[in-house]
Amino acid sequence: MPEIIKDRAIVTDDWVVVRLDEGKSVDMALPQGKLIVPLSMWLSRRDELISRGEVGVWLSDTDEPELVAQDLHLFKVVAVDFPKFAVGRGYSTAALLRTRYGYQGELRAIGDVLRDQMFYLARVGFDAFSVRPDRSISDALQALNDYSVTYQGSVAQTQPLFARVNRIAADERQNGS
Amino acid sequence: MYQYDEYDRQIVRERAAQFKDQTRRYFAGQLSEDEYRPLRLQNGLYIQRHAPMLRIAVPYGLLASKQLRRLASISRKYDRGYGHFTTRQNLQLNWPEVARVPDILEELAEVEMHAIQTSGNCIRNITTDPYAGIATDELIDPRPLCEILRQWSTFHPEFAYLPRKFKIAVNGAIEDRAVTYLHDIGLHVLKNQQGELGFRVIVGGGMGRTPVIGKVIREFLPWQHILSYCDAILRIYNRYGRRDNPYKARIKILVNAIGPEKFAQQVEAEWAHIKDGPTTITQAEYDRVAAHFKAPPYANLAAVDAGFEKSKKDNTPFAKWVERNVRAHRVPGYAAVTLSLKKPGLAPGDCTADQMDFVASLADQYSFGELRVTHEQNLVLSDVAQSDLFEVWQKARDAGLATPTIGLINDIICCPGGDFCDLANAKSIPIAAAIQTRFEDLDYQHDIGNIEINISGCMNSCGHHHVGHIGILGVDKHDEEWYQISIGGQQGLSASLGKVIGPSFAAADVPDVIEKLISVYLAQRHVDELFIDVVERLGLELFQKAVYGERTRGGRVAERKVANA
Ligand code: SF4
Repeated sequence: MPEIIKDRAIVTDDWVVVRLDEGKSVDMALPQGKLIVPLSMWLSRRDELISRGEVGVWLSDTDEPELVAQDLHLFKVVAVDFPKFAVGRGYSTAALLRTRYGYQGELRAIGDVLRDQMFYLARVGFDAFSVRPDRSISDALQALNDYSVTYQGSVAQTQPLFARVNRIAADERQNGS
Repeated sequence: MYQYDEYDRQIVRERAAQFKDQTRRYFAGQLSEDEYRPLRLQNGLYIQRHAPMLRIAVPYGLLASKQLRRLASISRKYDRGYGHFTTRQNLQLNWPEVARVPDILEELAEVEMHAIQTSGNCIRNITTDPYAGIATDELIDPRPLCEILRQWSTFHPEFAYLPRKFKIAVNGAIEDRAVTYLHDIGLHVLKNQQGELGFRVIVGGGMGRTPVIGKVIREFLPWQHILSYCDAILRIYNRYGRRDNPYKARIKILVNAIGPEKFAQQVEAEWAHIKDGPTTITQAEYDRVAAHFKAPPYANLAAVDAGFEKSKKDNTPFAKWVERNVRAHRVPGYAAVTLSLKKPGLAPGDCTADQMDFVASLADQYSFGELRVTHEQNLVLSDVAQSDLFEVWQKARDAGLATPTIGLINDIICCPGGDFCDLANAKSIPIAAAIQTRFEDLDYQHDIGNIEINISGCMNSCGHHHVGHIGILGVDKHDEEWYQISIGGQQGLSASLGKVIGPSFAAADVPDVIEKLISVYLAQRHVDELFIDVVERLGLELFQKAVYGERTRGGRVAERKVANA
């Protein structure tokens, strides 16, 4: 079974991401099991998908998170797809899902997910990562520790550095503290 | 200036370690070229025509002498003994080896420096007025807020992979010396009727292929809110900026596409959600940072130093230098000195390691150990006592740094161009040199007076040609290097974009063309009118006639279109 990083650990994963490539349409026949479906499929087959039991949805880099805002309580997983690691719209999508729409379940980065972006992804609210299969998942896990300090607030740590620690002022330091 | 605490130090150390590992993986074949590219760019590392280029951040243009000495030693040890100061107040090394860049970053971290986000599609180095803290027209010292913005923008997780690069400038004075109308975000200080300080928020300005004057989207933003407001602007941009075409990816394209009013509404709506949140700058944080920028221990000096006045009378070259290169200071008896990096024959903005060491020692001896880099690519000693000016001049002259032409025709802004830059259509440095040679005569330069010539080697406009009183742009015409000339651009509060005068020219013709433009100005000017004033009053026609003669322009204009196709 494939592995993902979840809550800072490597775990096996039984969710299947349904992609509509190769001429498939939203009406395609669905396999058994736990599915993370594209937003378009969710919007057109909502009732059916709910009746299947546990369901997840994924947003493409251009899908608006507003479109699932009312449905978030129905999902076990929400995934955001990164078509290329350097296409960064999904960072704002994640931040909005977490802060504006209050989503608290699993938020998973899928697609071109690589270790050098892990730290940022975690900070905007992703807690699960489906690392690109040709790359080492344990290396990627390590990258969550690339930095021990951050300046600005984020989803993971809402307070900026200046609000969470007492940074010593210039004067005090010059006096040799 | 700002001194790192343990947190700041930790961050630059961890950055150096991270990049060392990324570079190791790249050489080990574990990171592809495409995957490594944005990582190295966000550490200022380009792969260029002849060699890599490393752009080192000089946050808001402020340097301590110790840092400049380190830059000197780095440029000796890892490069060819010189560096190039850019229009973004940064320093570029033209010949480092990729494999050794991680070591350079480590050496930089030791003196509280880095190359973080000096390139790539992220928030770039914040720039400001080089006379911050000493200008007579200042409402707020912009440096504390620049530092707060620097920290906010450093590794901002949501905005590390934007559609395109993003540049922010802050101006704290009445005059705009930070080009705020030509940045992705420009913050220009204002005092409201209650006497509170805030900023006019200007968005979507920029040079490049599609030059645009920024639009004001908020007249007054209290300073406490600049971070959250920038968050709101960037979020709208990150969500709706175009990613399908890099030439249409800057925020200016988005602002133009939906219109500034609509854009402003979207920003305000987004901001309504995050306003007054944890990102609001607290007075305590402001005070903590501002304490780093307290005025140095100035002596109590007379407003006018008799010895200085006498030296000016006795020594004409000194007086000329003072007239051009020395600037008023808000503290009596002090002055700001511009050390010119525009010596004819040398690339504008270039500085040798020996000169860096020398400037560092001048700063230690005469200016409280600090200096500034200007976007005009010169260095400024910001706090020199008038009584020291004569000595400073003598020493600077011996080091080749006292060319008395600040603001004159030979104080050319110029990008590295085709001699170094991969993206160039044409060389820019030899054009600057040819113009400087043509106008070598100092009296002639003084007669012409204030004028700005800006040269870019391509549409990316690193040489700010759009806002040059005379702008020169390298274009590629059937694989040959040609130059398109515009006039009437300017920076400042009445920022405007230059207009192209007509078809482009071969390199050898450029000095003649400039001279013809100048001769029209000299013939037409009223007393006290600068070149730019005459262009504004008269428009382009007389200048075009002088350059192109009476030939019908129709055919030639068509030719220009081909050249730029
Ligand atoms: S303007 Fe063009 S040629 Fe000049 S430095 Fe910028 S990218 Fe290179």
